[in-house]
Amino acid sequence: MTLLFQLAMYLYLTATAVYVFHFLSQQKQVRAVARAILFTGGILHTVYFVVRYLAAGHTPITSNHEAVSFFAWAMTWAFLSFWWRYRVKNFGVFVTPLISLLMLIAAFSSQEMAPLPPALRSNWLPVHASIAIMANGFLALAFCGGVMYLLQEREIKKKKFGIFYSRLPSLEALDNLNQHCLALGFLLLTLGIITGSVWAKQAWGTYWQWDPKETWSLITWLIYAAILHQRLTVGWRRRRAAIMAIAGFAAVLFTLWGVTYLLGGVHSYVG
Amino acid sequence: MLAENIVIIGVNHKTAPVAVREKLAFSGDCAGPLLTLMNIEGCRECCFLSTCNRVEVIFVASNPAIAAVAVRSFLFANSGLADGEAQQYSYLHQGQDAVTHLYQVAASLDSMVVGEPQILGQLKQAYREAMEQKTTGVILNRLLHKSFSVAKKVRTETNIGGSAVSISYAAVELAKKIFGSLRDKSVLLVGAGEMAELAAEHLVRQGIGRVIVANRTVERAAKLARRFNGTAVGLAELTTQLAEVDILISSTGATDLILTKDEVKPLMRQRKNRPLFLIDIAVPRDLDPELNDLENVYLYDIDDLKNVVDVNKADREKEALRAEDIVAVEVAKFGQWLAGMELAPTITDIRQKANAIREAEVAKTLGSLKSLSENERRSVELLANAIVNKLLHEPMVFLKNSDPHDNPQLKLAFVRQLFGLDRES
Repeated sequence: MTLLFQLAMYLYLTATAVYVFHFLSQQKQVRAVARAILFTGGILHTVYFVVRYLAAGHTPITSNHEAVSFFAWAMTWAFLSFWWRYRVKNFGVFVTPLISLLMLIAAFSSQEMAPLPPALRSNWLPVHASIAIMANGFLALAFCGGVMYLLQEREIKKKKFGIFYSRLPSLEALDNLNQHCLALGFLLLTLGIITGSVWAKQAWGTYWQWDPKETWSLITWLIYAAILHQRLTVGWRRRRAAIMAIAGFAAVLFTLWGVTYLLGGVHSYVG
Repeated sequence: MLAENIVIIGVNHKTAPVAVREKLAFSGDCAGPLLTLMNIEGCRECCFLSTCNRVEVIFVASNPAIAAVAVRSFLFANSGLADGEAQQYSYLHQGQDAVTHLYQVAASLDSMVVGEPQILGQLKQAYREAMEQKTTGVILNRLLHKSFSVAKKVRTETNIGGSAVSISYAAVELAKKIFGSLRDKSVLLVGAGEMAELAAEHLVRQGIGRVIVANRTVERAAKLARRFNGTAVGLAELTTQLAEVDILISSTGATDLILTKDEVKPLMRQRKNRPLFLIDIAVPRDLDPELNDLENVYLYDIDDLKNVVDVNKADREKEALRAEDIVAVEVAKFGQWLAGMELAPTITDIRQKANAIREAEVAKTLGSLKSLSENERRSVELLANAIVNKLLHEPMVFLKNSDPHDNPQLKLAFVRQLFGLDRES
């Protein structure tokens, strides 16, 4: 089982290296190789979850290792499914390092399988947790898009064309990417919060109890709601949208880790 | 076939000033020049290329030195220059150098703007006309076909045609980096300079949605607008239009700024921050340089665009070096083929190919018949040998038999093709 995880991780790391090589050399065949490696990694990662699910007897999404690894998995498949529909030049070289980083964090956290506390034993667990983390996957893609936008915009604005100008897609394409990822991520985030509160009602008898994780999820949700609202009304798009996508993702990360390690609460992982 | 029989004589932008080139220019179709050239004694094949930057004759002659003088005097017939001067303005490449030169021309390495794509089309057209007049034969057919594939290879394997090297095209490329597709975008032309028209033309070709022309004199605006299927407005409407359009190209003769930062700033809110690409190709400048500080506004003046072009040109020079390597490899390959276009090497090649097949097949058969005695094995080998020799006998006789009516090169080319001797692995 650990072997499966490690294999997936090494494949992700290799895919990252190949994407970087492709970014520098711009050879088409290299990109196909990188994508194939990433795809294989994604498949093995999926198998890993199935195996772990069978071994644990519950959805493996309750420890830090599991949650972060699931996050990486969600990003991988969000990226691969995204690639299917929109072609964004050299997106992979920005996404795969983040996936690899998440996998490394997961690798260094405890991989022990702890028994599930009674409060978490519910069918809502897989629904709520996986939707919430899938949301993170798309918001992470929006973050990568935001970074790409700022890099490309900087070169156009400063009129100094470095390595990014020719390799990154047009500002318009990056802005669209941002918009799509944000919209999808926001939708999932909303669903995650709703399912969570329904589950809370069942488990604890109240929809909302201002647990730190809940509070921070709400803050994150408000940030993204603001981005989308401003975009539609006064036209916060392009540069400002890119910056906000990056800021929003910082809130996502804080909700994921900051809350657990700094603030505690019912969402703190079992492990 | 001797490589030295292939010759290229010509003038281009490097060897002759335009004053000389224009006297050499041939207009209309190449039928006349081609037929004149074929009448030169010893000229077996020829192709004639005439563009605004070069006039070249590519020919194969049995006595190149004599033919060269005749070709040169034909080229410079209308120039009034003596052969001595003509030699100074023209170049003569022979053998391997001629092949290299042709490949360089086809791959646009010898062009005034390195990497510009038109030359390949012009060369193809020249070849088509030569074929129609039946002035090319085995050698030039292969040489020109190879030059086309070398050009294609250079284009796909290097980035030689990659980035814009003209100001108007650089502007279009930038627009695409900002807006992606230009289909639903619009451009406002302010003033009607030549470069602005050129840029607008490029934008239209890239499929820009709408063209609006604003000019001091409305008639001129209307005329230009008609050309691009657009609308004409007065200069007073500049700011109203600016709330709508995506690209502005300014090239008025105004001595002062026609658009300042403070005028555009409120517009951006009205535009819901849709990006605005401002191109200022007027000297003195029309647009306030500080406009570039506004969010989602990108201002490029003529010097900025020139810088872009210079950087791109330097990139192309670098790519050209890589292209030269490709050319060198292909020239060597052509040399090999040419060396094979003789009786003796062709016979050797056929023998070698047949022997290789025989050996491989015999080994395969004997490998699966392990029970054979030494004698029986020997018989199988003899059988194979006999079949090969008998089959090759008639082709060899046909090859060696020199009928005076035959074209020996055609015959060689035919046999080589029949036996697949020049197939590239």
